[in-house]
Amino acid sequence: MSAAPIRIELPFHLRNLAQVSGEVCLEVSPPVTISSILDALESRYPVLRGTIRDHDTQQRRAFLRFFACQEDLSHQSPDAPLPDEVASGKEPFLIIGAIAGGID
Amino acid sequence: MSKVRVLVGTRKGAFILSADGKRDKWDVSGPFFAGWEVYHMKGSPVNPDRIYVSQTSGWFGQIIQVSDDGGKTWTAPGGGMQKSPQGFPMGESNRFVYDTAAAPLTTHQWYDGTQHPWEFKRVWHIEPSLTDAEGVYAGVEDAAIFHSKDGAHSWRELPGLRGHGTGPKWQPGAGGMCLHTIVLDPKDPNRIYIAISAAGAFRTDDGGKTWKPINKGLRSQFLPDQDSEVGHCVHHIAMSPSRPGVLFMQKHWDVLRSDNAGDNWREVSGNLPTDFGFVIDVHSHEPETIYVVPIKSDSEHFPLEGKLQVWRSKSGGNEWEAMTNGLPQKDCYVNVLRDAMSVDKLDDCGIYFGTTGGQVYCSPNGGDTWRPIVHDLPPVLSVEVQTLA
Repeated sequence: MSAAPIRIELPFHLRNLAQVSGEVCLEVSPPVTISSILDALESRYPVLRGTIRDHDTQQRRAFLRFFACQEDLSHQSPDAPLPDEVASGKEPFLIIGAIAGGID
Repeated sequence: MSKVRVLVGTRKGAFILSADGKRDKWDVSGPFFAGWEVYHMKGSPVNPDRIYVSQTSGWFGQIIQVSDDGGKTWTAPGGGMQKSPQGFPMGESNRFVYDTAAAPLTTHQWYDGTQHPWEFKRVWHIEPSLTDAEGVYAGVEDAAIFHSKDGAHSWRELPGLRGHGTGPKWQPGAGGMCLHTIVLDPKDPNRIYIAISAAGAFRTDDGGKTWKPINKGLRSQFLPDQDSEVGHCVHHIAMSPSRPGVLFMQKHWDVLRSDNAGDNWREVSGNLPTDFGFVIDVHSHEPETIYVVPIKSDSEHFPLEGKLQVWRSKSGGNEWEAMTNGLPQKDCYVNVLRDAMSVDKLDDCGIYFGTTGGQVYCSPNGGDTWRPIVHDLPPVLSVEVQTLA
């Protein structure tokens, strides 16, 4: 199966850090999972390494969440296949800063 | 004519304040890294246009930024100062990994006295080398010191500090268990002083391989053994470059000095109205002239009676006088955090400090009179001054 164009929405600060605007589109080889999307994202934008998941443990940072297709995918296995709508590029994969994060 | 450049780290970004040697008209640039906490930024004494920044976020973690043009442009340098093949900035400079092979991670004491895992959180303080623009140290939370030889592209822990063996007795202060002070000895490149809240002060005499606590003379009521070897909440240490063996300390409570490189300390709080505070600094040309900002207490982090005062001693402590001219003397309830005071090197030494209310004050005459450079920045975390030819 050929690589699918995956749509990714980054939070404001990570868009600035990576110097992008709007959605990011990446080619990700199947199976499309949280891990494979983040691998592709960090490969394309190395400045994002460590900002979404830990450099070494690969654990999601505590104040970030992963959403898609109106579902919270934050706690599913990072190696589980994502919905077909994400894999086909119909729906974006959302990386969201938790409302509890940041500063006043 | 000489110029000064004031590097201000705040809760919501970085600012650069510039003026000529008169220090009466200021240009303000920024915010840089808007929306991110900038705990500290400091320029290289070897190449003043090389500025290192600690940019951090509860959402996204730690980023190190570097400028080579005095703050006009910035790069997150890791993996080489070049950009990725697609033209985007590289970013390995934010990778701080404890050297667990040399010093296995222990636990440290938690607020409630139980033991707690050691975890990296952020860089509190950046200290560029005195001799090499590519060399730089970083003090981090949870407490450790890192060194980069390649302009912050990559970092290596100096594990001897954590390996001292007293880690399980260290505990977080209100801001976390942070290594917040790094003082380099200009006459002995192998000698470095650091301070940790709340572990105390340590010194290395072999370039960071081994460290020893230098806390004799410190007394802390919150410790079961008030004269303990470690566990003290040192807030800041300052040193005159012209006299490296003499150190001044603002502790949680108490202002102290050491005349033998930290081997022994004695209290010099003297007539201060309160000896709680965070900042302390030394006049650039008068090594016995020191400055503190007294704060009411550990429970009330604001000036006494709402009067913001810098207290100056011209005798190395014990005898202090209040500097109030130009500072608010009523209804002022800001704090001045530990890295938020600095001095320039002009003939008439300038003193600078920033507040949690967003003001940055300058005295162009050694503390006699003060003026705000800016009044409405986000809460100020750090202030460093560069004196430029």
